Amino acid sequence: MKRWLIQHREAAADALRRLAATPLNTLLGALVLGIAMALPAGGEMLFANLLGLARNSAATPQLSVFMTLDAGKKDAADVEARLRKHALVRDVRLVSREEALRRLKASEGLGDVIDSLPRNPFPDAFIVVPRAESPEELESMRTDFAKFNKVEHVQLDSAWVKKLDALLRLARFAIALLAVLLGVALIAVTFNTIRLQIFTRSAEVEVSRLLGATDSFIRRPLYYFGALQGLAGGAVAWILVFAAALLLKGPVGELAALYGLEFSLRALPLAESLVLLGTAVILGWLGAWLSLRRHLRAGETA
Amino acid sequence: MIRFEQVSKRFPGGIAALADLNFTIEAGEMIVLSGRSGAGKTTLLKLIPAIERPTHGSVTVNGQNVAALKRAGVPFLRRKLGLVFQDQKLLFDRNVFDNVMLPLSIAGESPRDSQRRVRAALDKVGLLEREKAMPVALSGGEQQRLAIARAVVNRPAILIADEPTAHLDDDYARDIAGMFRSFNQVGVTVIVATHHDALFAPFMTRRLTLEQGRLT
Repeated sequence: MKRWLIQHREAAADALRRLAATPLNTLLGALVLGIAMALPAGGEMLFANLLGLARNSAATPQLSVFMTLDAGKKDAADVEARLRKHALVRDVRLVSREEALRRLKASEGLGDVIDSLPRNPFPDAFIVVPRAESPEELESMRTDFAKFNKVEHVQLDSAWVKKLDALLRLARFAIALLAVLLGVALIAVTFNTIRLQIFTRSAEVEVSRLLGATDSFIRRPLYYFGALQGLAGGAVAWILVFAAALLLKGPVGELAALYGLEFSLRALPLAESLVLLGTAVILGWLGAWLSLRRHLRAGETA
Repeated sequence: MIRFEQVSKRFPGGIAALADLNFTIEAGEMIVLSGRSGAGKTTLLKLIPAIERPTHGSVTVNGQNVAALKRAGVPFLRRKLGLVFQDQKLLFDRNVFDNVMLPLSIAGESPRDSQRRVRAALDKVGLLEREKAMPVALSGGEQQRLAIARAVVNRPAILIADEPTAHLDDDYARDIAGMFRSFNQVGVTVIVATHHDALFAPFMTRRLTLEQGRLT
């Protein structure tokens, strides 16, 4: 166990030494990986911010419940009572037929038309504010309400919810796709770096084998090399995203203010930052693994 | 300690490098392996650490048939042997100290212990003062001594050297031969392939002579 720890520590130290020995290469490699990872990470940051914005400041969906024209005041009171009892209802507001008529009359140019009508064409109506947000729940509320006595029609103003939902889903899919593509790029870059490392070290590999090195002894520092390079790339990506958030904060705040929204851009939270760094390490390790499999032929050597 | 039984080695292309070798080396012996260039000395030495495998026959080292040793077992066999290669195989990207350190790192020894042993090995070959030097800065004789220090740092029971005195002038060669003698005196089994028979003759226990792959 102790021996195992020593060997890991030495392999990690060896990898660090080699990264430090060629600072320019290390820096360029980290930049390439960092920029590649900053794109999906930055996308994810914007996405998370937009999602928060959509949840908080957009108007909540509503249902409009229209009574039949022959429904009386008592029917309306019944329906209102049942609506208020419904578990998913937050608030109910009655728009009486008289009020509806009065409002329309007040609208410009329509007064004469309304006056010429023989009778009030409007039914009593309720505007229902739901507790629920998901399209499925809203849809179930709609069918519930439609079954109430003397209810003519229930309209769900949920088209925009569905649109936003679809849009966000598309955005998330695009980010995931980008992340996968750039993850492959990251593996490819590490693959190549490790290949060059193997060539640079061919003398060391040969001599080590002659002196009794196991395959793991030879591979271990290269795994660390790949993982550390990935980590450096992840750190660069994090810094890029953080800097972008800092730079965009002012302009985005101003833009949001113009639309009367309260919105401030937040950088990656801790959990996401750790996921970013962890993914970078794993991808670097994977690149090293593939490269070692391909280039370090486990042969008897002389 | 080392036994060759009906060993032959044929390289691809049908060239027979070694044919029907039978001999035993006892613990504590000092063996000189002589013969012309191309007689098969290097090939014979390479069979012991399983760098080459025999085409036929068995090579037994410490009771273990290394001719049939699995790949995973080879590193552990080599760690028990001290090897001085004909082309030395020094690493030129690190200093003298780190070159000698390599076998100990490979074996996973603790660094503090290792430092002491590296210095002891360098002291034995007279390179203690030059531990920070890079191998290119060493003379031919010093490079050879460095190769020997690396071979003995693990305190192997068997030391195998292929032409350790080649390309050295007589004084240096005598130095080197003296080192092998002192290792042998403390109980290390030594096998040296050499042209310089005369240097080793005074203290060798036996001479094996190869001629076209056969012992004569």
